[in-house]
Amino acid sequence: AMDTDLSSQDRKDLDKFIKFFALKTVQVIVQARLGEKICTRSSSSPTGSDWFNLAIKDIPEVTHEAKKALAGQLPAVGRSMCVEISLKTSEGDSMELEIWCLEMNEKCDKEIKVSYTVYNRLSLLLKSLLAITRVTPAYRLSRKQGHEYVILYRIYFGEVQLSGLGEGFQTVRVGTVGTPVGTITLSCAYRINLAFMSTRQFERTPPIMGIIIDHFVDRPYPSSSPMHPCNYRAGEDNGAVYPSVEDSQEVCTTSFSTSPPSQCVFTVTKAHFQTPPPVVTDTLKVPVMGLAFSHQLSSSRLSYQPAALGVGSADMGYPVLFAGGLNAAHPHQLIGPGKEGGIPPVPSQPVHGTQADQERMCTPLDGVHYSAATPSSSEDTETVSNSSEGKCGSPYDLLETIFIRKVGAFVNKPINQVTMANLDIPFAMFAPKNVELEDNDPMVNPPASPETESPLHGSLHSEGSSGSSTGNTHDDFVMIDFKPAFSKDDILPMDLGTFYREFQNPPQLSSLSIDIGAQSMAEDLDSLPEKLAVHEKNVKEFDAFVETLQ
Amino acid sequence: PLSSRCCGPSSAAPAMNCRAEVLEVSVEGRQVEEAMLAVLHTVLLHRSTGKFHYKKEGTYSIGTVGTQDVDCDFIDFAYVRVSSEELDRALRKAVGEFKDALRGSGSDGMGQISLEFYQKKKSRWPFSDECIPWELWTIKVNVVNLANEQERQICREKVGEKLCEKIINIVEVMNRHEYLPKMPTQSEVDNVFDTSLKDVQPYLYKISYQITDSLGTSVTTTMRRLIKDTLAL
Repeated sequence: AMDTDLSSQDRKDLDKFIKFFALKTVQVIVQARLGEKICTRSSSSPTGSDWFNLAIKDIPEVTHEAKKALAGQLPAVGRSMCVEISLKTSEGDSMELEIWCLEMNEKCDKEIKVSYTVYNRLSLLLKSLLAITRVTPAYRLSRKQGHEYVILYRIYFGEVQLSGLGEGFQTVRVGTVGTPVGTITLSCAYRINLAFMSTRQFERTPPIMGIIIDHFVDRPYPSSSPMHPCNYRAGEDNGAVYPSVEDSQEVCTTSFSTSPPSQCVFTVTKAHFQTPPPVVTDTLKVPVMGLAFSHQLSSSRLSYQPAALGVGSADMGYPVLFAGGLNAAHPHQLIGPGKEGGIPPVPSQPVHGTQADQERMCTPLDGVHYSAATPSSSEDTETVSNSSEGKCGSPYDLLETIFIRKVGAFVNKPINQVTMANLDIPFAMFAPKNVELEDNDPMVNPPASPETESPLHGSLHSEGSSGSSTGNTHDDFVMIDFKPAFSKDDILPMDLGTFYREFQNPPQLSSLSIDIGAQSMAEDLDSLPEKLAVHEKNVKEFDAFVETLQ
Repeated sequence: PLSSRCCGPSSAAPAMNCRAEVLEVSVEGRQVEEAMLAVLHTVLLHRSTGKFHYKKEGTYSIGTVGTQDVDCDFIDFAYVRVSSEELDRALRKAVGEFKDALRGSGSDGMGQISLEFYQKKKSRWPFSDECIPWELWTIKVNVVNLANEQERQICREKVGEKLCEKIINIVEVMNRHEYLPKMPTQSEVDNVFDTSLKDVQPYLYKISYQITDSLGTSVTTTMRRLIKDTLAL
């Protein structure tokens, strides 16, 4: 006769097994949607840390999100852990693809041995999960993500919501494991008919701010959790370093407006900060970078996201997304993807205080195609879209971060200002590279030169912008596709063309130009104290920046 | 050291208490290998554990099983297999022989490959050890010939979809948690598991295949248990 009550040790073990099973389940699912092949090694000597005797890596952010969703609870009757996989296009359309559900029902198996049978069956169930995650339609989609769309995941705990999957969704059961406290069930409900991804099938989502706020407000979830992109490369074990956001907030609200005209200003338009900058906890540092970028950007940059967007439950994934094209990362990375501080040439109009114009960089679905338009000096913010479909602009009108590239203090030509719809670099003003456009270079400027106000330009700018830049021949330019042959690397979205564009025309040192040479040494020396004062004032940012390098 | 002799006569029919699952696929000639490997690896993923390390007092610890994704070249399909080169080699060898036999003369492109899990039961001399199968997977294969590239492309997708269904079927069977051999003591472990691999430990298994010749009679080609010392490597 067996004691039907679970011993306390067994109960503790069981709870631990279920908890880690839930965490590993999330890891397997998210990793299966990263878009890359997973490979882990077998090890004959037990390491003691591989739960269920399976080598499943733990992506720290994913574990973090899962723990956050579970909030110390375990799946129980009516309280299921769900991992929602969805797709989001570069135009902002999104669609739920799958809901993976880890549920518990009341059917108990009192006789089963916890430490042995349950554990082994959970291990078997994870193996089944590994197999099944490769056979649902979303797997193939996720392997092709990055250019036109990205795959996001969201974890929630509570009632399962399948309504977003459309009609006729199918269910596949991964498996069940009976335990003395209930039966664990793992299943997946997935949308079918993904073959035709017409826009009709996608929900039109409101602008990013709206997405973040409205998208989840309507749902009956107890906790609205943010969506995260499934494109984190778990290469580095960065030990889950999530620096606080305060530093980056400071950065983003600082302006160097006292600087000479040649220096650019970095501001964030306050107008779009609907909510006070959030207190961002570690859990909001969601890997946002595109597949090839995460390893190039430090985690402190990721931390910049929420501040820049002014969003509470920072929906990190979104800014990543509207830039389709090469990578689903930030638009600026179209220009210099993966490059530290890669930002396009920036037109430099002195920005007056917080007033700045806004434009959006967008990219068409393939190749790199961007335009830097001179902001008008009017007060209205413009949103400019130059995607090939011309649709990029709309959902992201509210993206407000304006970045004006800092040109080195000694560069003679003021460069055009480009406002980036979304910028993740906290210390962008220290961005090392400025790319100056050369009129003469046909590779940089297409024959239809910016000055001639091509029809393309006309459609890109609202009235009033055309004449705004005076005496600056680099105001508007449109770079059309520059695709060097054989330059695409499947692993890194950055291609040779982008690299070339980025680096080919560094600004000329002012000391080499005749004009500046005419300045006297005394003038230089005189301006030094002023410059030093400015730098001293911003010593905190420098320090924080230095810290990110360590 | 494992006996290189196959224990007992290998019967085509499953023994009592041995559950049998049959899967059928129609594939193009060049897809045979990948399709078979996908199914066999998926089954073995579920039927392999980490290496056992026995300690004092009859307790043991289990090693870690790694996994990896495999993309098929001729089928729009990907699957997960155990990270073990030895196991992969063994399966590839078996599947390669099966494929060659299918292509050989006398074959009309129909055959089946079987993966049998068994337990060894030691018998006293002069009787040889018994092999008691407890699970038998049979994959029936029908090789089709396609006329043009367009058909091949459709076949790529269709076979991929079919294999997805097979994986789901396999997982369903695995989930039934039906009979599995008891976890053995150290002295018994070789009667239950194949301990010859260095990084993983599948249950004892053997792979055999049959080709149906054009006359409709089945020509049995039984392969010995795939262990290292019987492979002509």
